[in-house]
Amino acid sequence: MTFNRVTDFLASEFSLLTMSEESEESVPLLPLQQESMASALFNTDQNDNSERRRHDNSGRRRNDNPESETNGQPQNNIQQVVEQDEEEDEELTLKYGAKHVIMLFVPVTLCMVVVVATIKSVSFYTRKDGQLIYTPFTEETETVGQRALNSILNAAIMISVIIVMTILLVVLYKYRCYKVIHGWLIISSLLLLFFFSFIYLGEVFKTYNVAMDYITVALIIWNFGVVGMICIHWKGPLRLQQAYLIMISALMALVFIKYLPEWTAWLILAVISVYDLVAVLCPKGPLRMLVETAQERNETLFPALIYSSTMIWLVNMAEEDPEAQRKATKNSTYDKQAPANQTRNEDAEADDGGFSQEWQQQRDNRIGPIESTPESRAAVQALPSNSQTSEDPEERGVKLGLGDFIFYSVLVGKASATASGDWNTTLACFVAILIGLCLTLLLLAIFKKALPALPISITFGLVFYFATDNLVQPFMDQLAFHQFYI
Amino acid sequence: MAAAVFFGCTGIAFGPAIALVLLTVAKEPLRVIVLVAGAFFWLVSLLLASLVWFVSVRLSDRGDAALQRALLGFGAAVSVLLQELFRFAYFKLLKKADEGLATISEDGRSPISLRQMAYVSGLSFGIISGVFSVINILADSIGPGTVGIHGDSPYYFITSAFLTMALVLLHTFWGVIFFDACEKRRYGCLGLVVASHLLTSGLTFLNPRYAASLGPIFIITLCTGLWAFVTAGGSFRSLLKCLSCKQEDDSRVMTYSALRVPCED
Repeated sequence: MTFNRVTDFLASEFSLLTMSEESEESVPLLPLQQESMASALFNTDQNDNSERRRHDNSGRRRNDNPESETNGQPQNNIQQVVEQDEEEDEELTLKYGAKHVIMLFVPVTLCMVVVVATIKSVSFYTRKDGQLIYTPFTEETETVGQRALNSILNAAIMISVIIVMTILLVVLYKYRCYKVIHGWLIISSLLLLFFFSFIYLGEVFKTYNVAMDYITVALIIWNFGVVGMICIHWKGPLRLQQAYLIMISALMALVFIKYLPEWTAWLILAVISVYDLVAVLCPKGPLRMLVETAQERNETLFPALIYSSTMIWLVNMAEEDPEAQRKATKNSTYDKQAPANQTRNEDAEADDGGFSQEWQQQRDNRIGPIESTPESRAAVQALPSNSQTSEDPEERGVKLGLGDFIFYSVLVGKASATASGDWNTTLACFVAILIGLCLTLLLLAIFKKALPALPISITFGLVFYFATDNLVQPFMDQLAFHQFYI
Repeated sequence: MAAAVFFGCTGIAFGPAIALVLLTVAKEPLRVIVLVAGAFFWLVSLLLASLVWFVSVRLSDRGDAALQRALLGFGAAVSVLLQELFRFAYFKLLKKADEGLATISEDGRSPISLRQMAYVSGLSFGIISGVFSVINILADSIGPGTVGIHGDSPYYFITSAFLTMALVLLHTFWGVIFFDACEKRRYGCLGLVVASHLLTSGLTFLNPRYAASLGPIFIITLCTGLWAFVTAGGSFRSLLKCLSCKQEDDSRVMTYSALRVPCED
C-alpha cells in the first residue's frame, strides 16, 4: 500500500518544461534575481531583459528598504548592464537557443538510454508482477472491448488520483502546511533513492548472476542514497546532482513501465499530455492557482525536483545564511518552500511542469523580496566565482521538470519493451520526442509564456510508435528479409 | 564469435558516420539540431512510404509471391521518391532558417552556412536510413544463430554492413549535391541525384548476387563522392593543401594589424 502510494506520489513529479534561465550577466550580487523565469529558449535574451527589467523595478522598490541600502550601488549597475546588454543579447539569441536545446537533449537522451538499456537487459522490468493499486482493472480479459474498457477505467482512475493529489497539494500550500509537504517530500525521496535503487541493484545482480553479500549492498545503497539526498535536497556538485536526477527519473520510469499494463500506459500518456495542456493553459487550473498563491506571498516555489543545467544559487545562499533572525525566518520559510515546491513537483504531475514554468516566469517578482536581504547579498558577494560567471553570458542555464524526463522515458521504454519493430520503433520514438522537445522550445520562444512540455513530444512519440510498429516495421522487415535497401 | 560479428559489422556500417558526427557535428549545437531534425524528416517520409506499401499489400493477393515482391519494389521506389521529396522540403526549411539566423546575427551572416547544413542534413538522412536498415540485423547478430541455414547467403551480415556504409556515405554526398543543385536551380543535377538513388536501391534488389550489387554500388558511391567534393568547392589543389597541412597566409592578419589601436603611452 505504502509502496503504491509512494509510487504514485513520486509519479507526480512530472512537470512541464521549465525553461528558466539563470543569467549571470548582471552583477552577481543578486544571483537569484538573475535567475530568469521560464523564458523561451530562442528568445531568451528578450525575455531575460524584460524580466531583468522587472527585477530591477522590484529591485528599485526594494532599495527603499533600509536593509537594501548597502547594495544599492550594484543594483544600479544591474540596470545599466541590462540596458547595454539588451541590444547585444538579441543577436545572440539563437546561438544560445541552440545551446540550450542541446543542454536538454543530452540529459533526456541519457535518461532514455538508461531506461532502454535496463529494459533490454534486466527482464524484471518487463515481467508482469501485478499492477499498481491505481490501476485495479486487469487487462487479461477475454474480449478486446473488455480490455479497452478496463484500460480506460484504469487511466481515468490514475488521472483522478493525480488531480486529487494536485488539489491536495494546492490546499496544503494555501494553508501553509509546509511541514507536511516537507515531510512527504523527504519520505518520497528516501524511498526512491534507497528502496527502488536497492531493487534495481538486486535485479541487475540477478541478471548478470553476480554473487553479492548483504553487507556490501548495504554499504553501496547507503552511500548512494545519502549522497543522493544531499545532492538533490541540499548542495552538491552540479554534475552529480544532474546525474542523480537522471537516475531517479529513470528509476521512476522503470517502475511505471513495469507496473502499468500496455493499453493503460498508452492511454495514461495520452491523457497526461492533454491534462498537462489544459492545466497549464487554462486560467482555472490548480497549477495556475498554485503559482498565483506563491506570487501573492512572494515566495519562491521549490526548484529541487527540476533538472537544472547550472547551479541554483538560491538554495546555496539560503542554507549558508542562518544568522539574522528575520533572515532565518525567511530562510526557513524558503527552505520549507523548497521542499514544498519539491513535494508539489513530485505530487502534481502535469501541474508541476506548468506550475514550474509559470512560476519560473514570475520568479523575478518573487525572488526580489526574498533575496534582497543584506546577509544574502553579502553571502553572494563572498562567493568568488561570481565575477567570472557574471561576465560570461554563455553560462545561462535551462531547467526541465523531472516529470518530463519520466514520461519521455516511459514512452521510449514501453516502445522498446513491447514493440514488435523493436529497435526501429524505439529509435523512431526517441527522435520524435527530441523533435517534440525542440518544437516546444521553439514555441516557447515565440509565445513567451508557460507552455507544457509533454503534449507535443508525447503526441509525436505516440504517433511514431503506433505508425512505426504497425506500418514501418512490416515494410522494413520485408526489405531486410530480401536484403533490399531503400 | 557473435560479439565479434556484431562489433565488426557495427564498425563497418557506422564507423565513417560516427567519425563524421564526432568530428564535425558533435561540438556545434546548431548542427546537432539539424542532424536530429533531418532524421525526423526522413522518418516521416518512411512513414508515408510504408503507409502506401501497407495499403497496397492489403488490397492485393497475399498468396502471390511474385506480386508481393513487385509490390515491395514499388514500395521501395515510392520510398526513394518520398525521401528525395522530403530532402527538398528539408532544404526549404533550412533555407528559411538560414535567412532567419542571418537576420538576427550580429554580423548579418548566419552561424551556419547552407553548405554545412547540406552536409549535416545528408549525414542525418544517411545515419537514420542506415540505422533503420541494419539495427535489427545487428541486434540479431549478437544472439545465437547460424547465418543462411536455410540456404541463403552466409555473408548476409557483412554485406549488409557494407551496404549500410555505402548508403550512409551516399546520402551524405547526395545531400551536398542536392542542396547545391536546389540552390543553383540545376534541375538536371537534381534529377541525377534522384536517379542515382533509385539506381542504388534498384541494385540492392539484385541481392544476394553480391558481385552485381555491391560492386556497382561502391563505384556509384565513389563517383558521387567525387561529384560532391567538386560541388562543395573542393579541387585537387585544395586536397593537396589540406594534406600538406601548410599554414596559409591569412590576409586578415594584415587587416588587423592595420586597424590596430595605437598603444597608449
